[in-house]
Amino acid sequence: MSAGIDLENVCCDFGSFRAVDNANVSIEPGEFFSFLGPSGCGKTTILRMISGFIEPTHGQIRIGGMDMRGQRPNQRPTALIFQNLALFPLMSIWENISFGLEVRGVDKKTRRAKAQALLDMVDLPDAADKMVSQLSGGQKQRVAIARALAVEPKVMLLDEPLSALDLKLRQHMRAELRTIQKRTGVTFIYITHDQGEALAMSDRVGVMSQGRIQQVANPRDIYNNPVNGFVAAFVGENNIFTGSVANPSGGMAGFDTAFGRLNARLGEQAKGDNIKLYVRPEHTILTETAGSENTIPVTVSEVSFEGAFIAVHAKTENGQTLVAEVRNDGSATVPSIGAKRFASFNAAHASILPDASKGA
Amino acid sequence: MGDMFRRYGKSATFIICLITAFWLLMLVILPNVTLLESSFRPLLPVTEIGGPNDQYTFANYLKVFNGSIDTTLMGIPVHIPVHVLTFTLTLFYSVVVTLLCFVLAYPLSYFMAKIISPKSLPTMFLLLFVPLWVSEVLRAFAWWIILALKGPLSSLLVWLHLIDQPIRWISGYNGVLIGLVYTYVLFMIFPVYNAMSSLDSNQIEAAEDLGSPWWRTHLRIVLPHCKPGIASGAVMVFMLSAGSLLVPTILGSTTSQWFTQTIQQWMFDALDWNTAAAYAFLLLLMCTLFVSLVMRLFRVKLADIAK
Ligand SMILES: Nc1ncnc2c1ncn2[C@@H]1O[C@H](COP(=O)(O)OP(=O)(O)O)[C@@H](O)[C@H]1O
Ligand SMILES: [Mg+2]
Repeated sequence: MSAGIDLENVCCDFGSFRAVDNANVSIEPGEFFSFLGPSGCGKTTILRMISGFIEPTHGQIRIGGMDMRGQRPNQRPTALIFQNLALFPLMSIWENISFGLEVRGVDKKTRRAKAQALLDMVDLPDAADKMVSQLSGGQKQRVAIARALAVEPKVMLLDEPLSALDLKLRQHMRAELRTIQKRTGVTFIYITHDQGEALAMSDRVGVMSQGRIQQVANPRDIYNNPVNGFVAAFVGENNIFTGSVANPSGGMAGFDTAFGRLNARLGEQAKGDNIKLYVRPEHTILTETAGSENTIPVTVSEVSFEGAFIAVHAKTENGQTLVAEVRNDGSATVPSIGAKRFASFNAAHASILPDASKGA
Repeated sequence: MGDMFRRYGKSATFIICLITAFWLLMLVILPNVTLLESSFRPLLPVTEIGGPNDQYTFANYLKVFNGSIDTTLMGIPVHIPVHVLTFTLTLFYSVVVTLLCFVLAYPLSYFMAKIISPKSLPTMFLLLFVPLWVSEVLRAFAWWIILALKGPLSSLLVWLHLIDQPIRWISGYNGVLIGLVYTYVLFMIFPVYNAMSSLDSNQIEAAEDLGSPWWRTHLRIVLPHCKPGIASGAVMVFMLSAGSLLVPTILGSTTSQWFTQTIQQWMFDALDWNTAAAYAFLLLLMCTLFVSLVMRLFRVKLADIAK
C-alpha cells in the first residue's frame, strides 16, 4: 500500500536559477518524512517534482523503485495536498472526495459510499452534501485529506497544509495527521517551515536551505546533533561563540574564544574557517560560583517570562548576550537584573560546527 | 448617494444626476417609447394621421405571417411565411455564430490565461485589439475581397494545389457567418478569458493529480467555472449577431436574408416606419425570450452574467 521514494542527484533549474541542488535522499515505505526549511528554499519544487508537475533538470526520482521520468501526475501513485488545498468549490463535499474515483469510472453508488467512509474517518460524518464554502478551515483541511486518500495513493505529498490554521487547530491537526498516517500506512512527505511541526510529527526530517538538503536525520538528531550552524539555528535558539579549534581528539575539541578555552564536541563538517561553537539556552546554566569548565562570568540584563520556561539574558564582559532558559517548575531560582553570575554548559551539549549553511 | 454628496458637493451632484437623467430619458427611453407607440399605428397618409383610421392595432406585427412560400428546412418540406422563415434563419445562424465564437474563444482564452507566460500577454492583447482600430465597414469589405471568387483566398488555395477551381465562398450564409464570427469573436474571448484567469491553477493541477485526463478536467473543473463568462459572451455575441445589419448587407449572398435587412426594407424601400418598428420590436422581444429560455436551460442566473 505504500512505496518508498528515492531522489538521486536531483536538480531543478528555473532558467539560470537553481531551485533544487543535487538532492539525494531515500524515503522508506510508510515513513512520515518532512522537508523543513525557510520560505523559498525549494521545498515546494521538490514536492512538485515528485508529483510530476515539474521534471527534474538532472537526476532521477524513483517511486517504489520505478523511474518516474516522463510520467504525468495523473499516472503517478502520489496524491498532492496543495498549500491552498485547491478543493473544487462548485462540487459538493462528497463529489470533491470522490472525484478521483469518478475519473476512474467508479459508479455513483460506490463512490458515495466510499466518500462517506472517508468522511467518517476524518471525523466529518455529516458533511457529505455540504458545499466547500460552508466548511471551516480545519474542516476543509480534512476534506482535502479525504480527497487525496480516496484514490488510495502510495505516497501522500503535503505542502504546508496547516499553515493557514490557527495555533490550537494546528496542534490538533498535527496529531490527527499523524494518526491518519499510522492508520493508513501510506508514505507521507510533509513540507513545512515550522520546525516544531516537523520535529513533532516526523519519523525523519530533511532540513533544506537554498535548494540544498543540509541534513537528513530523525528529529532528535536534528535538534541535538545538527551538522552545521544553519540547521542548529533553524530548529532552535543558540548561544554562539566565535573562535578557533584547538587540539581536537576523539570527537571532542577545545575552542579558543575571547572567554578562554571552551570544550565541546567537534562536528564532522567543522573544517576550514568560519567555525563556531553552538550551545542551546536550555543547556546553559547560571550559577553563583564558577564551575570547573566552560565558565563565563556574566551580568544578568533581562529576565523574560515565557510561560513554560523563563529566559534569562545575561551580558558577558565584552558585551555579548547569552541566554539561559530554566524550566518554570517552581524550583527555579530566578536571579534579579544586575546580579553577577557564571554561565556554564556541559561540553557534551555544545557543538563546534561550520557556520556556512552550504556544506562543503 | 450620500458618498457622492460628500465627495462632489450638492450642486455638482445635482448636475451629474441631471445629465444622466437627460441622457437616459431623451436619448434612450423617449425614442424607444415613440418607436414602440408608432409600431401599433397603421401607416397612413399625412392627412389621415390623428383621424378616425388612426387606431391602435397589432396589424403591423401580424404582417410577418403574410406571403407564405414553399421551401425545405433541414430536408423537411415546409409551407412557411417568408418573414418567419427569415426570422428563423436569422436566429439559427446567430446561434451558429455564437457556437463558432465559443469554439474559437475557449481554447484561445485557456491558452492566454493558463499557458503562455504573463510577460507575453500584452502582445497577445495587442494582436487581438489591432483589428478593432479599423472600422467595421472596412473589415467587412476586407473579408469581401478575401472571399471573392477570384480573390486572394481562392488564388492561394489554387496555387497550393489544394483546390483546382476557385471556390465561391460567399454563397448562402457562409459569408455572413464568417463576417459575424470575425466581428464579434472578441465579445466572447474577453468574458471567457476573464473567467478563465480567475480560476486557481491549483484546481486544474489538483484534478490532474487525482488522475483526471485533460478533457475531463475541462469538463468538470474549467468549463463549470467559466459558465458565467461563457453565458455573458454568448448573450452578447448572439444579440449583436441577430441585430447586425452591416455584415449581412456586405457579406450576404443572393440567397441570404437577415431579419435586420427585412426591417431595413420596410424602412427605406417601403417607407413604412411603423411596420419597421413593429418588426424591430419583434426581433428584440423574440431574441430576449430565446436568450432567457436558453439561460434557464443551462441554469445560468442573470446575476452571474452581470458579474
Ligand atoms: N516556476 C518558477 N519559475 C522560476 N522560479 C521559480 C519557480 N518556482 C519556484 N521558483 C523559485 O524557486 C525557489 C524555490 O521555490 P519553492 O520551491 O516554491 O520554495 P518553498 O516552497 O521552499 O518556499 C524560489 O526562489 C522561487 O522563487
Ligand atoms: Mg512552498
